[in-house]
Amino acid sequence: MRVDLKTVEETAKELYIRALKVLPPDIKSGVAQLAAHETVPTARDVLATMVTNIRVAEETNNLLCQDTGVPIYNVVIGSGVEVDGHALKQAIRTGCERATREHPLRSSVVHPLTRKNDHTSCGIEVPVIHIDFTDRPDTLSIEMVPKGSGSENNSFLKMAIPAEGIDAIKTFVIDCVLAAGGKTCPPTIVGVGLGGTSDLCVALAKRAATRALGTRCSDPEGAKLEEQLSAAVNQLGIGPQGLGGDSTAFAVHIELAATHITMNPIAVNMQCHSARRAKATFTPAGVSYGF
Amino acid sequence: MAHYELTTPVSEAQIRQLRINDTVTLQSALFGIRDATQIHMFDRGRRTRFDLSGHAVIHTAPNVRKVEKSAAHPAGYAPICIGTTTSDRMERFTRPLMTQYGVRIIIGKGGLREDSLAAFEELGGVYLAIVGGTAALETTWIEKIEDVDLDDLNPESLWKFRIRNFGPLLVAMDSHGGSLYSSVKQDTQARRSQVLAGLGVKA
Repeated sequence: MRVDLKTVEETAKELYIRALKVLPPDIKSGVAQLAAHETVPTARDVLATMVTNIRVAEETNNLLCQDTGVPIYNVVIGSGVEVDGHALKQAIRTGCERATREHPLRSSVVHPLTRKNDHTSCGIEVPVIHIDFTDRPDTLSIEMVPKGSGSENNSFLKMAIPAEGIDAIKTFVIDCVLAAGGKTCPPTIVGVGLGGTSDLCVALAKRAATRALGTRCSDPEGAKLEEQLSAAVNQLGIGPQGLGGDSTAFAVHIELAATHITMNPIAVNMQCHSARRAKATFTPAGVSYGF
Repeated sequence: MAHYELTTPVSEAQIRQLRINDTVTLQSALFGIRDATQIHMFDRGRRTRFDLSGHAVIHTAPNVRKVEKSAAHPAGYAPICIGTTTSDRMERFTRPLMTQYGVRIIIGKGGLREDSLAAFEELGGVYLAIVGGTAALETTWIEKIEDVDLDDLNPESLWKFRIRNFGPLLVAMDSHGGSLYSSVKQDTQARRSQVLAGLGVKA
């Protein structure tokens, strides 16, 4: 399968706008589930407002949240796909710029030292583009995640040591959720990266935070820990928007990698309740959109 | 827990009557302000031509469309999506906003800290919590962008919004030392050891 780069550009543009406007069904039902079980009245009001907002965004064809985030594109290339990788990245970048100018969207991206905003949502190394490969034949998928800053500003890495064991992991996750409080726009998806090197560990945490609700860690030990931590964080009482309540997180997600005999790296990255993402899949039949 | 309808600008007495867990709906004008706006106002000596005395500011940077100036869009901007950002980053600007400009209401999400709470008590101010991430709804409470200042900082300009039925907002920090964030923080810290014990973590 040959991938047309003009279509990639259009799709990258469309994905950014779609992600900002339509929440994936797993997140919608996640909010509804928390609302059904919440026992604190203020928290119930807050969750009800979130449900209303999802409806208003769809009815008015508007963005769910004003934070257009840092644009992230995750590309997965199947076997037998022919594409010029460098040109693909350029097409995604152009699509991202065009979404910002043509919709228009607030460009939330600035130079880290001068703080200059080019009003394109792009800058040095941004949009963030990750490229991976699969053995699925004749398929290319692009996932778009506009990562909001309220939750991203609460990102943590701890290079724990083996002697601190799993207790260090549990304590660190709980303490990160406590430190974040209401600043992350809870209820959140708490993404936890375990193992790897420091950089891989942080990347795993981001992958975990942006995984669909209802999915589980593919490693059985990781899945077991996810379950324990998901129940534990909702006993802390932080609640929606940090105003108190049962609904602190939709879930804790874990992604893990092998690590060094001397290392025990733990990273935490959170995703806010407006856990936005959109996906396009290219096949010989054309482009289809989903989540 | 009472509900109040307030039209900006407000008096100190109107603010002093508010207690945590009350709700407020605002009418009239609202000013949008953010990190860069306040860094320039308070660290780099810039002044705004707006009179903020007795007014409400909201921690925001909106999505807007540049348009021809008209009665509907007097500042040359049409609102697209206006929502609220995390307040905590702007903690140190609460006091100068109140002492230098007379601001009485701060609207935000996630809460402010002890120094802001002290400033609210000393000077007569209040923090109203909005539900973060619900910008599509919030945008329906904004009639138009009436004016803009410090626009070289766009989107972190100082925006003047014309609002109608803006709320209900929750009084989360009042002028009597009450803060929902402080009480939730105390409560959650108290639960920490029990939660860790439940996870089998040895103390």
